[in-house]
Amino acid sequence: MENLLAGAEMLARWDVLVALLIGSIGGVIIGAIPGVGPAVAIAILLPATFSMEPIVGLTMLLGIYGSSMYGGALPAVLINTPGTAVNALTTYDGYPMTQNGQATRAVSLAYSASFWGGMFGILCLIFLSPVLAVVAPMFGSREIFLAALLGIVLVVLAHRGQVFAAGMLAMFGIFVQTIGLDAVTYTKRYTFDMSWLSSGVDLIVVVLGLFALSQAFALLLEPDNSPQAQPLQGSMFGGFRELWGHKRVATVSSGFGVLMGIIPGVGEFTAQFLSYTYAQKTSKSPETFGHGSPEGLIASEASNNAVPAAAMIPLLALGIPGEALTAMMLSVFYVHNVIPGPQLFAQHLDFIYALYLALILLNLIVIVFLMFSTNLLTRIIRIPTRFLGMMILSMSFVGVYSLRNSITDCMMAAGFGVFGLVLKRLNLPIVPIILGMVLGGIMEVKLRAAMARINTPLDMINRPVAFLIFCAILLVIGLHIRTLIREHRVRVADADHDMHDTQTR
Amino acid sequence: MARITTLQALFKRYRRPGDIVFATVFFAVSLALLAQIGTQTAMKPGARLAAQPWFWPALSLGGMTVFAGLHLMGSALSERIPGRWREVGVWVASLEYAVWFVGYALLVPRLGYLPMTILFAVGLTLRSGYRSGAALGSAVGAALAIVLVFKTFLHVKIPSGQIYEHLPDGIRQIMLTYF
Repeated sequence: MENLLAGAEMLARWDVLVALLIGSIGGVIIGAIPGVGPAVAIAILLPATFSMEPIVGLTMLLGIYGSSMYGGALPAVLINTPGTAVNALTTYDGYPMTQNGQATRAVSLAYSASFWGGMFGILCLIFLSPVLAVVAPMFGSREIFLAALLGIVLVVLAHRGQVFAAGMLAMFGIFVQTIGLDAVTYTKRYTFDMSWLSSGVDLIVVVLGLFALSQAFALLLEPDNSPQAQPLQGSMFGGFRELWGHKRVATVSSGFGVLMGIIPGVGEFTAQFLSYTYAQKTSKSPETFGHGSPEGLIASEASNNAVPAAAMIPLLALGIPGEALTAMMLSVFYVHNVIPGPQLFAQHLDFIYALYLALILLNLIVIVFLMFSTNLLTRIIRIPTRFLGMMILSMSFVGVYSLRNSITDCMMAAGFGVFGLVLKRLNLPIVPIILGMVLGGIMEVKLRAAMARINTPLDMINRPVAFLIFCAILLVIGLHIRTLIREHRVRVADADHDMHDTQTR
Repeated sequence: MARITTLQALFKRYRRPGDIVFATVFFAVSLALLAQIGTQTAMKPGARLAAQPWFWPALSLGGMTVFAGLHLMGSALSERIPGRWREVGVWVASLEYAVWFVGYALLVPRLGYLPMTILFAVGLTLRSGYRSGAALGSAVGAALAIVLVFKTFLHVKIPSGQIYEHLPDGIRQIMLTYF
């Protein structure tokens, strides 16, 4: 309780509240504009937050992360175009509802389900905190190494149908982070005797190139388009009443969101498909799914909004990001010398509680904003796509150049931008590169630290938690192989789809 | 034939035109980098395997090469998708915007953040095909807003333009600090 009050005190400052307000409302707007997404916004704002205090910078980024999916539901429902990639499933039932003349009902229901999922995720995070505080100290170097390895395995295997591509891109990410001077031996690694490579490749430069610049290039290259959404009529409050009638679906979907959010490398897509399948199987009218089912809409939105809070669990407790956005947030922690992990729980529990309270506040701010400003958003999303590309390119410059005023960084970011564009056009995932860079760095450091106490390879798993994680790695690989064999036997034809377009997040 | 069918089924992916070009280039680059492991990394005598400076580059490049090889094999065994070179043309076309970006970054320290951002926004707006006064006015407004938010209010580290040194005393300090 004392820590909770200290956390509230930490938030009760005008600069923190302004950052939260800007992050939350900015996140909704960014999420609502198809083609931008929270990853682009966070990548651009990241260096600007380095000069702020950790709590100020993190609340702003958390605001964007937690609120973008609310905004992303709006174009998904109204114009059949998801604002963020994780709103893709919302189009299945949201857009048919709009076609049936129920646009206001669908949008209101999407907001209510998002709010339910968001709050459920935060409550789980709060209730799990005492458990995390006990479990986190059980993680030493070898456990964190194995957990990071599990994250890499999961992010590769989660890209079904693209496992080889995801594998090579994750390995590429691990390789990129090794370039430069080795921190322990001070020997050069893949610098080709070029001084600009000695300091290595900065994560922010890669993130900005792969997410922001590539998106700007894609928008500028494609034919111009201006999404047209019709204004909504009537009250937006009806969704809460209707949601109450489907509270079971909303709660179970949020539960899936929390579970999938905690597991590194899995995230919103798996949570949505599990929730949607559950909702359809238990529905009294499964035939309406895909044709405007409120339950389908609720399942999609509740599950994806429960993920951000849950994704903070491995980040805060172990310092292991589960996906690209939390990987970016990790760099804010590092810049301020706040190292997430067991020590953070032991020494700065008030800081953790402040983040939880910020998450609650952002959900409240967003839902109030959306109840009264949805029609304003329908006008904002009409920005022509090429103009949007120009704006992203202009803002990306701030992100890259303000890091260390380096033209080399700008060139590298431009190179990664072209590389990201190629990956996007080929429908190949970007997230494994980012997670490879972050988790690869963690694995290298932790394995070196663990080696001091290890004589044989089996010593790596001679502690209970390490053994459990190792079993989990074997189980995940085993289950994947089993699924492949089963699918091959029944010869299920996979339809081509864009569900792996995680790079647009 | 049955074996090839099995391999095709095993390696089935959601592909797009140009995939084989990317797969070939990525595999070749992985292999070339891996071949450099002896010259581009050092060996520390007496150190354990995981503490060797070459260990992680070798592991990652080895993994990259294996996965890239499998990816290439999957691509080669899959049905050909038309439009391969048209797609490569799009990738090459994106280099134009990369040059715009680097050019912008090169000129900011000379011409100043505000003037260069306005020039960049208006230039790119014209290049994108917009000609109306409203579009150009919006570009100027957007450029101004970006500078005000990032440089004036958030004080992000962007050097002042050399051109500002030639301004009269009163305005010079304001421009150097805020724009």
